[in-house]
Amino acid sequence: MTTAQTDDFATVWSGSGSSRIPAPVYTDPAIYARELDRIFYGPHWNYVGLEIEVPEPGCFKRTSIGERSVIVIRNRAGQINVLENRCAHRAMQFCQEKSGKVKTLVCPYHQWNYNHDGNLLGVPFQRGVKGQGGMPDDFRLEDHALNRLNVAVRNGVIFGSFSHAVEPFEDYLGPAVLACFDRTFDGRALVLHGYSRQRIPGNWKLMMENIKDPYHPGLLHTWFVTFGLWRADNKSQLIMDDHGRHACMISKRSETIDPAVTEGVTSFRRNMTLNDTSLLDIVQEPWWNGPTVCMTTIFPNVILQQQVNSLSTRQIIPVGPGAFDFVWTHFGFAEDTPEMTARRIHQANLFGPGGLVSADDGEVIEFSQDGFEQDQAFSAQCELGGRDVADSDHMVTETLIRGMYRYWREVMAI
Amino acid sequence: MNMPGIEQIIALYASYAACLDEQRFNDWPDFFTSDCVYRVIPRENHDAGLPLATISLSGVGGLRDRVYGVTSTLFHAPYYQRHIISLPCVKGADGEALLVETNYLVLRTKRDQLSEVFNTGRYIDRIVMTDAGLKFAQKLCVFDSELIPNSLIYPI
Ligand SMILES: [Fe+2]
Repeated sequence: MTTAQTDDFATVWSGSGSSRIPAPVYTDPAIYARELDRIFYGPHWNYVGLEIEVPEPGCFKRTSIGERSVIVIRNRAGQINVLENRCAHRAMQFCQEKSGKVKTLVCPYHQWNYNHDGNLLGVPFQRGVKGQGGMPDDFRLEDHALNRLNVAVRNGVIFGSFSHAVEPFEDYLGPAVLACFDRTFDGRALVLHGYSRQRIPGNWKLMMENIKDPYHPGLLHTWFVTFGLWRADNKSQLIMDDHGRHACMISKRSETIDPAVTEGVTSFRRNMTLNDTSLLDIVQEPWWNGPTVCMTTIFPNVILQQQVNSLSTRQIIPVGPGAFDFVWTHFGFAEDTPEMTARRIHQANLFGPGGLVSADDGEVIEFSQDGFEQDQAFSAQCELGGRDVADSDHMVTETLIRGMYRYWREVMAI
Repeated sequence: MNMPGIEQIIALYASYAACLDEQRFNDWPDFFTSDCVYRVIPRENHDAGLPLATISLSGVGGLRDRVYGVTSTLFHAPYYQRHIISLPCVKGADGEALLVETNYLVLRTKRDQLSEVFNTGRYIDRIVMTDAGLKFAQKLCVFDSELIPNSLIYPI
């Protein structure tokens, strides 16, 4: 598919506000390049993993921020580093394994050797061979470290930033979103349950929109509507940080059904029953403090999921304007009983690339992208609940999406 | 138990593939024992001993729920599947069960699109003889594919 590339950012989005989103915002390669630069490589915190993925000194995992490959590695002192996966010599992405444990990081091309902090320890033939060749006299190892990113670790969750001017992580989230973050990640030891990975052929922001959109789950997702996991009559709360870039959708499952919200909703199945009822064997946990669901979007690249007993982080790795990789990391707590672990893993059937709820989110994102690509003059409508940006105590609003685009327009100067 | 011959095992896989590729999803649970385990697992989880599966069903009731879910509740683009299953490798026996592994390749063809490799991996199966013929007591679909192309809807 060929898409026109803008050379004039000022005309891309002519209207004011953030309730009508022009198609090029999802499709234009020049806009995407600016997003990488200003958002993913700019003063924002990007999720890169959980501390339990790199439990010991020398343990590493490879991931990406935007399109740049990075290595998350624990050093001998136990601290977490995020290093760009690019040899300072000839740019080799020397790390090809997804995870492992190493004494040092060695680029196989010319055996440049780095420690866990990314400092260059040595290069072969630095002083030449038998007086011949070698590096110039002014070559200094300390000038050739791996690019070491800014790192924030909070209660077991790791974020990295290419910017060393980004505000502290806690300020970046703001108090309201931080409280939701800490509700799940309160310092308890985590246990890794595993990964699911999918490539969704849609713009990365469509996934952020999807989890800032409390309108669709009670309509698209039969399992949510029918079993009351997400429905318009559920008590709920939508909150944002001051910038409107992050958000939390918090809600409580209804045991009873308000006919007004299932009337005419074709996805509602009054008589649907399960053969295997253990899928909905939901057990209230004390730390929930009420809500059965809390979906947190941390701009730009992660969604934190608590959906009843199922917990995951969902990382967004953009691959061009028209696709992104979506990495689900499911986890539990070290204090979980074996029954609770089994329950979390069983409820994961609702989520992920094969999930009875989430699989259709990927599908609708793909077809939205197709629609944006067919006509650059189109603008998406995002006016449920008004045109403004404000917290809400109900679900019948797209205010969180407007919040994200209000911030996006500021950062992008579009 | 009378151990089944290799021809019977090959015939089981052939009819399993035909059932799925002909989209007779309501017949799919009939290939399993009532207390079966069916899991679709990313290889990285399997190799690392991590318990998460992309799809994890237990008991034939769980399989029927999944069939209802994919045929009646999930919105998705329609597609054809084509299973290419290798000759079975009988690894041994465990009590009444035969331990059998086969490689599989699932091609996906969406409407108006070119055919593509959708998912590839190996089945790690436990096959038992019942009064109703050979059944899977366990089918683990451990897939190499590092990324699922958007969503995984139908059984594999
Ligand atoms: Fe959804």
